[in-house]
Order: sequence, then structure tokens, then C-alpha cells
Amino acid sequence: MTRERRSILLAVALVLVLVLAACQAPAAPQASQPAQEEQPAAEEAQPAEEGGENVLEIFSWWTNPGEADGLAALFEIYRQRHPDVEIINATVAGGAGTDAKAVLKTRMLGGDPPDSFQVHGGQELLANWVVTDYMEPITFLYEEEGWLDKFPQALLDMVTYEGELYSVIVNVHRGNVLWYNTAIFQENGLEPPRTFDDFFQVAEALQAAGITPLAMGGKDRFEVAHLYEDVLLGALGPDGYQGLWDGSVAWTSDEVRAATELFSRMLDYTNPDYSAVSWAEAAGMVADGKAAMNIMGDWAAGYFINTGRTLGEEIGYVPSPGSEGSFMVVNDSFGLPKGAPHRENAINWLRVVGSREGQEAFNPKKGSICARIDCDPDVFGAYHQFSMDDFASNALVPSAVHGSAAPDAFAATVLLDATLNFVVDRDIDLLLETLQQAAEETYLGQ
Amino acid sequence: MIRRLTLTRALVYGVLLAFAIYYLFPLYLVFATSFKRFADVSLSTMWDWPSPISLESFAQAWNGRPEANIRGIGDGFLNSVRMVVPATVISCILGSLNGYVLSKWRFRGSETLFTLILFGMFIPYQSILIPLVRFLQSIQLYATISGLVLVHVVYGIPITTLIFRNYYAGVPNELVEAARIDGANFFRIYRSVLLPLSIPGFVVVAIWQFTQIWNEYLFAVVISSTRAQPATVALQNMGGGQFTEYNVQMAGALIVAAPTLLVYVLLGRYFLRGLLAGAMKG
Amino acid sequence: MARTTALPRIRAASRRWDWERIIPILMISPSIIAIAIFVYGFIGWTGYVSMTKWNTLLPDYTWVGLENYRRIFQDVRFQADIRNTVVFTVVFIAGCLALGLTLAILLDQRIRGENTLRSIYLFPMALSLIVTGTIWRWIFFPGNYPADPSGINLILAKVGLEGLQWGWITDPTIWPGSRPEWLKVKLLVPLALLPMTLAAIWQMSGFTMAMYLAGLRGIPDELKEAARVDGASEWQIFRLIELPLLRPITLSAVIILGHFSLKVFDLVMAMTGGGPAFATDMPGVNMYYTVFQGNAFAKGSAIAMIMLILVALLIVPYLYSNRQEEM
Repeated sequence: MTRERRSILLAVALVLVLVLAACQAPAAPQASQPAQEEQPAAEEAQPAEEGGENVLEIFSWWTNPGEADGLAALFEIYRQRHPDVEIINATVAGGAGTDAKAVLKTRMLGGDPPDSFQVHGGQELLANWVVTDYMEPITFLYEEEGWLDKFPQALLDMVTYEGELYSVIVNVHRGNVLWYNTAIFQENGLEPPRTFDDFFQVAEALQAAGITPLAMGGKDRFEVAHLYEDVLLGALGPDGYQGLWDGSVAWTSDEVRAATELFSRMLDYTNPDYSAVSWAEAAGMVADGKAAMNIMGDWAAGYFINTGRTLGEEIGYVPSPGSEGSFMVVNDSFGLPKGAPHRENAINWLRVVGSREGQEAFNPKKGSICARIDCDPDVFGAYHQFSMDDFASNALVPSAVHGSAAPDAFAATVLLDATLNFVVDRDIDLLLETLQQAAEETYLGQ
Repeated sequence: MIRRLTLTRALVYGVLLAFAIYYLFPLYLVFATSFKRFADVSLSTMWDWPSPISLESFAQAWNGRPEANIRGIGDGFLNSVRMVVPATVISCILGSLNGYVLSKWRFRGSETLFTLILFGMFIPYQSILIPLVRFLQSIQLYATISGLVLVHVVYGIPITTLIFRNYYAGVPNELVEAARIDGANFFRIYRSVLLPLSIPGFVVVAIWQFTQIWNEYLFAVVISSTRAQPATVALQNMGGGQFTEYNVQMAGALIVAAPTLLVYVLLGRYFLRGLLAGAMKG
Repeated sequence: MARTTALPRIRAASRRWDWERIIPILMISPSIIAIAIFVYGFIGWTGYVSMTKWNTLLPDYTWVGLENYRRIFQDVRFQADIRNTVVFTVVFIAGCLALGLTLAILLDQRIRGENTLRSIYLFPMALSLIVTGTIWRWIFFPGNYPADPSGINLILAKVGLEGLQWGWITDPTIWPGSRPEWLKVKLLVPLALLPMTLAAIWQMSGFTMAMYLAGLRGIPDELKEAARVDGASEWQIFRLIELPLLRPITLSAVIILGHFSLKVFDLVMAMTGGGPAFATDMPGVNMYYTVFQGNAFAKGSAIAMIMLILVALLIVPYLYSNRQEEM
């Protein structure tokens, strides 16, 4: 009986193998060759000609006008330097990369890393990928290219773990900017708000005039939390805000409660259909005169410029209420995943990303400023020169929503969920207790 | 009497037509929007019929914006074809064999086995997703079309087995018995008795699997890289990003829907039979 | 039915027939093994992970028992998911059954153009839920009404029904909106969920119609004729003869529609992403984000297991009773 069973099992195993082979053959006839490279999983992912084709796969969530154009400019430089390499632009749409990050994790866990991927320097890079040993250190590249003194130390610290550098920061965005429609403000005789008191006065006047005061998105799930983070910075100041991440300020403290009350009041002046509006559409509302203000990072600048507006003319900008003198740093960087299918191409990509030529081509289109300190201010417009000045002089604080201040387990889920819920139920206790508890579980006490 | 009757009939037709509109008006919107030019798309005229008719949006939806390196759904569409064809063929073969065994060669416990197989049809795939990803990774089929084919074949086993089993149950046992008395073995009986009668069964199963696999999203989004990305994922990505233009989104929706709609229009009778077979046991 | 089992056993004693008993088992084995691994093995593995500490990108199989379950049940979002699932399932099934039965009865009245109408009712079934969601999202996008409406609000404006405009999939209202002490979410019906349910009914009611129509056609005319001779009204015939005979079909439909609604994922992703707040969120969506965005593999597995248990509560009795009948 047991022998019989064993032979059946054997036969079954054989049949199963045959079925698997059958599955494979018609689907990707080219893929059935034995994997000669070191990364068989990657080989499978690229059903291609003999010897592995010469490609570079770059993973990002840059799909909107402006950011996509900036990425294309980087690709253009890469193509000039390496005309024989085919570039695969692996993008997944959706705001601050919420969906893209999901896909990226699936791929990384599945052993199918892209050659290089967009990642926010800070906790998103370090906690997700470096501590867990998915990344290759690239200190050697910084030394080869002489980059160590070309980037501000504060930025390098964000991508450093145990003395090794792990990614190249390509740009710096400012998270705390209030954009406003200058025509609407002029017609109503209003000044752009600097403080929370200003804001509520202006918003009240706008609402009385029948104009949506503050455009907010929500479809990409991050927009509400983004507003909350800017309000926290404005109300707590840079030190108080930093305290949230090092544990010296509790989420349940009185200051945070007061800030959250301000946030709740601001929400009363937003568009009711926010949940179906993306951040770009919310910015578009300001551009089209359907709303007066929008608080969003300065990637919105790229959007405004690329849809034909001039910053400082149709669209005005000031730091978000209360946050003058602080600079909410949002950055994007590229690293080198272990097992990158085309490692040489990826390293060459990083060389482009870190080069002055690359950063000067990328950032004006993207609506950000260079991470390098030697970029020519003249390639940027007035807004970005203003941003560069502030970056050099302001208190720099990390964004949580955009992956720098806290790990994903806090910033990419609990923070987003809790603020989205708060818009509807306005339960301050619930919000703050949820955040405090999640903070203790995820990033405090480490 | 006559008058009352006609009034009732008019009412019946009226209700039926009203519901026909409910089912058709989203389709109208898709056609009306996707054949518009960019310049003609605006929210205030979204329900108007396009004039002039333009194929601009279809070209954009298919090709993307190559100058900005934004992919259209063309590649995804071709990936879907590469995935769906082998998966459907293999599903049919496996389902037919299983159905044959479970209807004509029952053995001790075969009913229990069948029930256990059937359960696989109903599970939420979230409950197998994480181990599935890791398993595919370990056999190096993750993020490949082959991997997707394997997954669709395996999770298609319950429904294809069910349909074929019920189909073969309608074939008289006397035919099988007679063939066996003539000395035919398992395979002979399958080939010479069941298979010739199976064509409609194969059509039903093929249509069912084709539409299911083509339309599937969860596996498609989790087990795919950019290169192996099926059309549904490509469409969903398009909606969230660059193409906030609705005409391109609708054109994309139409392109993705076209193959299954075509199958439905051409083979609707079988499609219905597949649905009912999937719905009702025995 | 049971007769067929006798066939291969007739000459079980002879060697040749022995072999003939093995071959069928051999032929079905790949499928059985595949199902054993891909369904039962993987479910077991997910169940195991749901009781571990693996809530980062690095696997950690430290045993924590039911801790993850305790936590998700305390989670606002998951509580909303359960509420939404219940509401969606009830409204969706009721809507599909009512609409399907109505259409089937009307179509059964010897209607001209029946084939065309039937095809029209059924075609959404051929579409991907992603396509359905993409289309209906646009229809239900409210725009800045009443000044600048879009989608269905625009139609309402054009026919002079401005009063009926509302936020559709963006309305955060929960009706009636009370919150019991022991819950973190309000009960009971999120209004934004209703347009989504309407889209789902659009997709699946034609299917219910087809099932009922097949059922009605299966009722012998003689039965109805006899009742008519006895003086029964058409309504009595429907209520006392047809409806009871359609009961098995209703059961099948509830099973199919129910397991569809417990698993709904694509439609939410394409239409709303779960918002506003969690008014249209579903466990399947939550699981996806919990795992692939929050890296909480154990917690996500726990959500998946709850989904499985919900489906099993519906399916297992059905499968079991079907199996009994056939033995």
C-alpha cells in the first residue's frame, strides 16, 4: 500500500511538473532558457533575447505633468550617455506613491527588484529597506564622484545608516506652502494669510463671497494628513513638531490638541467632494478659480507651471499658516537594491541622478530644488529661488506623510487612516489616542 | 378586456425598456466620451454625443505619451492576451479530465474530494495571497506571465471541474459501459466517447475562463511587474495619474472591455450557459 | 446518480481493473495536489502568519496567538469594514434578487425582442469590475454642485431636478448615525456606499435575471394550467406555485451574490479607494493596504482570515448540504 502510494505520488509529481512546463512554454517562450545570470528571478521577469537585454528599469510614481517631464529629462541625459540601453519607465500612478509603494514591496519581497526605485530619504528608506538588508551601500559612488561635499550634511544624514550611504537624493520639495489664486484675493481685497488668525479671517470672507476657501484632495489618501502635518508644524513650531518624532512631545499633549482644533476648524472651509479629488485636481481648482487656496507641497508648482500658469502672477504662494521660518523637507532619492537585474546600468543611472547636469535638468520641471548645493539658481524661476533661500536659512524638519520622519507602519497607514477618519467624525480624542498608541508601537522606544 | 390587456402589456414593455436604459446609459457615456477630441471634453457637455467623431483618445490610451515615458494600455492588453490564451487552454484540459473522472470514474471519497475542490472556488483570494507571492518567488515565476497563468489555472480548477462534471453527468452511463465492454480503457473511452460530445462543454468553459481571467484584478496587481502587467492594472493605473482626461480613460475602458464584450456578443448563448453552470450545481 | 460509482468496482478483483481504478485517481491527482497546496496549504499558512508577530518587511514568526485579531477588531477601519460589508451585502443581494426576479417575470410574458433585451440586461457581466468602477466613478462624481455639477448631478440639473443633487460617492453621512458605546464607528448605512452598490447591482442583476428566467422556464406549463382551471388568479399562481419552486434558485443566487459581495475589492479600488473616511472601505481593500503599504503581514493575514470565515459561514453549509443530497 505505501509503495503504491509512493509511486502514485511520484507519478503525480511528474504530471505536475509537466503541467508547470506547459504553463510556461506558451506564455513566455523566450523565458524557458536556463538562467545563466546570478539573479534568476530577475531573468524571469524580463522574458528577452539571449544573454539578457540591455535595459534599465526605473520604478517611480511620477506620472503627473511636471514630474513625468522631469523624469523624462533625466532619461534623456541617460540616453545621451548610454544610447544602447533601453529604459523601462515603471510607473504606478497615485499621489504620494501610495499604490506604487504597495507594488514595490510586492516586487521586492517577491525577489523582483527594479534596477533602481524612487524612495523618500529618511525612515522610508532606512526602516523599510536598509535595516532589512534589501539595499546595497553606495558610499563608493559618492567617493568616486566626489559628491560628499556637494550635498548638505543634513540630507546625507537622512540616507546614512551605520556609516554607509544608501541613496542619492535627487531633489528637495517644500511641504508647507499655501498656494492661492491671486485674482480671487485681489477681487475680494484680501491678503494671503500668514497666521492661523489670518487664515480664518480670509476663509470667512471668501466663504461669505461664495468661494470655496480651501481646496483639499483625498482620493490619494495622503492629502488630508499632509494638511494636518503642516498645521502641526505651524502651531507647534519646528521644535515642537520635531518633538513628535523623538518622543519629547506626546500626541495627547495640550499643544497637539490645540493644533488639532485648528486643523478641525480649517476643515470646515474645504470642498465637500474632497474624497474623490486628487491632489492635482485640488491644485487645479485653485488654478481654475474654483477655490481660493490650497495647502500642498511645492510639487504643485510643477503642476501649475506645466498647465500654463505663472507663479507669482496667477498663482501666489506663502508658507502655510504659522510655519514661516520652517522648511518641511520632502525629498526623493534613488538607491541600489541588492540583486538589481542590471547593476551596472543602475549605477550609471545613479551617476546621472546625482550629477549637477541631471539635477539642473530634473528639478525645474519637477518643481523642486536641487539636493546638491552647487546648482545654478538661474535655471530656476522666482519661486524656486525663494525656496532655495529658505532652504539655506530656515529650520529644516522632516515630513512624516512623505516618508522621512516616521516608518511606514505609522506614516503610511495609521496616520493616513486616522486623519481621513477625522475629517468626517471630528473626534479629537480618538485621533490623538490612536496616533499616540501607534507611535508607541511603531517608532517610539526604539 | 382587450383594452386592459394591452394596457398591461404596454406597462410591461415600458418597464423593460426603462431598465434597458439603466443598463445601457453607462455604455452610452463610454462611447460618447471616448470618441470625443480632447478639445471637446468638458464636464458641462459630458453627456452630449461627440461631433466630430475622433479616434484621438484611443490612440492616446493605447500608446500612452511616449515623449514623457508614460505607458498606455497597449502593452498591458498584449500581456493579457499572452496570459489568457494558455491559461484558458490548460484550464479546459484539466477541467475536462477532472470532470470525466468525477462523473464517470467515481471512487471512494470522490464526492468528498469534489466538495473540497469546490470550496476553492469561493475563497477570498486575500486569504492565500501572501503565501502565493512567496511560493511563486521560490519557483521563480513571480512577476511573470507564466506565474499568472499558473495561478489562474490552479484557481480555475474548481469551476472548470464543476462545469465539466455536470456536463458529463448528462452523458448516459450506458455509452461508457458499452465502450468498456468493447475493451476500451480510460483514455480510449475519453477520446472516443466523451470528447466528441464535449465541444459545447469546452466552449462554455473556455468562455467562462476567458472572461474571468481577462477581467481579474487582484492577482493581476499583486503578481505583476511593469512588463507582465495585464490590461486591468494598466487601466487602473491610467485612471489615477497622468490621464485625468476622461476621454482617454473611457477609451481605455472600452479597449479593455472589448475582447470580453466581443465574446459575449458572438457567443452570448454559451456565455449564459457558463454563468448558469457556475451558479447551479447538478 | 449514485449508480455510477458501481461501474469501476464491478470487477474489482481482477488486476486489470485494479489498474483501471488507479489511472483515474492518477489523472485527477495534479488538480488535487494543486488545490491541496494552493488552497488549503496556503490558507493554513495565512492562518499561521495571522498569529505571529510578522508586522514589518522582515518575516518574524514569533507566536502571539490571537493578538492580531484582538487588534483589528479594535481598529476603527476594520469596524467600518464589517459594517460596510453587512450593508453592502444586504442591499446588493436584495437589489439583485428584486430586480432579477422582476425582469425575469416580465421577460417571461412572451415578449417581442426578448433575446435583445436579455442580452442588454446581461452584458455588464462580461465587463471587468475595474471597467465598471471607472465608468461609474465618473457618473457619480458630483462636481461642484449646484453651481458646476458633473455626472449624474448634471443630468439632474438638465431635467430640472436640482433638488435631488447630492454628493453620491463623496457623501460622508452615516445614516442614522448613532454610535454605540462599544463601537468606534457610527451605525448603520454609509450613504456613499449606496451608489457603489448600485454599480454592483448593475453588474450582477442581469445574472440573477438569467437564473430566475431559467427557473421560470423550467416550471411545467401543465402545473399552471391546472391551477388556472381550478380558478386561481395569476397572482396566486405566482405566489403559491412559481415562487416556492424558485426557492432553490434564490438560494443559489444568494450564495453566488453573497460570496461576491464579501470579497469585493476591484470595484472599491476603481471607484473610491475606500473613502470618504471609510464609508466605502471593505475588508479586502483594508487587507491590501495593511499588508502592502503598512507592511503588517500578520495583521493583514488576520483580516484575510476573517474574510475567509465570513465566506465559509455562507458556503460550507451549502456545499455540505449539496454533498449530502448526492450520497
